[in-house]
Amino acid sequence: MGGFQFFLEVLIGGLLSGVMYSLVALGFVLIYKASGVFNFAQGAMVFFAAVTFVGIMELGLPFWAALLVTIGVMVLLGMATERFVLRPLVNQHEITLLMATIGLTFVIEGVAQLVWGVGVRRLDLGIKDVPLPWLADNTGIFISQLDIFAAAVAGFLVATLALLFAKTDTGRALRAVADDHAAALSIGIPLKRIWALVWAIAGIVALVAGMLWGARSGVQFALVFVALKALPVLIIGGFTSVPGVIVAGLIVGASEKLAEVYIGPSVGGGIESWFPYVLAILFLLIRPEGLFGEKIIRRV
Amino acid sequence: MFYREAGQFRTSYAQDSQIFPLRQDRLAMIALLAVAFLLIPAVASDYWLRALLIPWLIFSLVAMGQNILTGYAGQLSLGSAGFMAVGAFACYNLMLRVDGMPFLVALVLSGLCAAAVGVAFGLPSLRIRGLYLAVATLAAQFFIVWALDKFGWFKNYDPSGVITAQPMEILGYEFASPQAKYLLVLAIVAGLALLAKNMARGATGRAWMAVRDMDVAAEVMGLPLMRTKLQAFAISSFYCGVGGALFAFAYLGTVEPSAFTIDLSFRILFMIIIGGVGTILGSFLGAGFILLLPILLSVVFHAVVGQAVDASVVSAVELIVFGSLIIIFLIVEPHGLARLWQVTKERLRLWPFPH
Repeated sequence: MGGFQFFLEVLIGGLLSGVMYSLVALGFVLIYKASGVFNFAQGAMVFFAAVTFVGIMELGLPFWAALLVTIGVMVLLGMATERFVLRPLVNQHEITLLMATIGLTFVIEGVAQLVWGVGVRRLDLGIKDVPLPWLADNTGIFISQLDIFAAAVAGFLVATLALLFAKTDTGRALRAVADDHAAALSIGIPLKRIWALVWAIAGIVALVAGMLWGARSGVQFALVFVALKALPVLIIGGFTSVPGVIVAGLIVGASEKLAEVYIGPSVGGGIESWFPYVLAILFLLIRPEGLFGEKIIRRV
Repeated sequence: MFYREAGQFRTSYAQDSQIFPLRQDRLAMIALLAVAFLLIPAVASDYWLRALLIPWLIFSLVAMGQNILTGYAGQLSLGSAGFMAVGAFACYNLMLRVDGMPFLVALVLSGLCAAAVGVAFGLPSLRIRGLYLAVATLAAQFFIVWALDKFGWFKNYDPSGVITAQPMEILGYEFASPQAKYLLVLAIVAGLALLAKNMARGATGRAWMAVRDMDVAAEVMGLPLMRTKLQAFAISSFYCGVGGALFAFAYLGTVEPSAFTIDLSFRILFMIIIGGVGTILGSFLGAGFILLLPILLSVVFHAVVGQAVDASVVSAVELIVFGSLIIIFLIVEPHGLARLWQVTKERLRLWPFPH
């Protein structure tokens, strides 16, 4: 019974950490879905949001005021990015846009370092990263309260965003813009406003992800590399699917932890660093558009 | 007025298909090579050679490899540092385990090892393109560094984790002084650059560019897609592998997996973006730019602000300037410094006339 309990623990722990990856990947999907740009800077934005929030709280503002201010900052950052980085590059090759967002990553990292300095900071959300007592007492399975809260938040976000895209007029406009900028423009969709809106939403998602990650492992520079972990999630789930992000996150998180625990010891450990990528490649070879993505149609 | 080509007639196919058809260009190239081979080792200080020129040459070589894959063949790759690591470790192990292995042979063989690994990780490119391929190459990067770190055989079970590279020796002469190392690296890089230029100009390069522009159309036209793509991966990884071996042997002096991080992969990508994607000259210009930028920034900083500046502030400003320059280059001149040079030459042809 102990072995199975341990397996459940690893599995659920993996699923929950996968949900955290999904939160970061959600920002990517939003921007890609609405503007066709792969925003490599999402990881840096997560870090920047977290560090700004903590920094503002350290300056003396209470929790909710700091939250509002940080939301404002992220919205401004998103709109500035859209205006100064992406609009000049509007019809360029997707690789060029990707490289521009990589450059943006460096800028955001630099600004965060300049304004808030280096060093790890604690982020206290009021929920401790300790196992749920009643679960541990009754079944012997240890699952962190924070992870469950994060999963709930992520689930709520995903549900809201999926509804936004599928049911509302704005969501339809966003999808139209992602499909074909010129056509959307020609039927009167206000492109600039839509893009500004999308980047603002992505900024807020980054803030939520940053706060949850920061509460879990401290607000430190390594948070930027979480974005690299979100890439396999995107590939497996599909770049354009909001529900796909959650499913893929669960798959990546669970398989990563299970592989590390069960296969890891026989090869020396540390598999976590590359296992999700190899998994993503295998998925790519079988299903290039991801589990829920739109089929890629290339016209020659 | 100065860069005239009037009066220079080419009377044979051989003359027409030279790399430098104009006499001025040929003379300039000869002068440049003379300066590089004869003047610089004589007058440059040890610091210049060791800290600036040798890394510049090595990174130009790696950037050429990256350019072949991403610039000419259009396969976005973020794994170049991983292939460098393969080359470095292969060279180290070959020199260690094979008695009397000549250094140049080890270099070529380590390049071939890196090429083999490159082909293995390039296989996904037959099914996936663009961004997805970049993620696949990221997998290569992480996996290679993990494997080289985990399996102690690669490091000869050295407990310290940092291995000293063997001295480079050709026919009994040991290349130990900075001048000797510089000349060796220069000779290798110049030879490989010539090779790359000719490959890019020929049928191979045209096949790569066809694949880059529209691979389905290229396949319809009759280009063997698999062979072309894997060839690009192989040759690119060869260059990165040789560059990595030189990086470990001629520059760092040590062989360790932690020198070949994802950060290095991104820097190499930036070298070709800023230098000019799809050009050989761009590799040199981009490598120089990326290498000189931190030095330039810290010099400017110290001159402007003085010494009371925290190191983290300097590095933060460096990051901001770096990122902004990349964005600015992509907006203003997406074809990089090489294009700027080309435009300058065009203007020089006509100067002082506007057209």
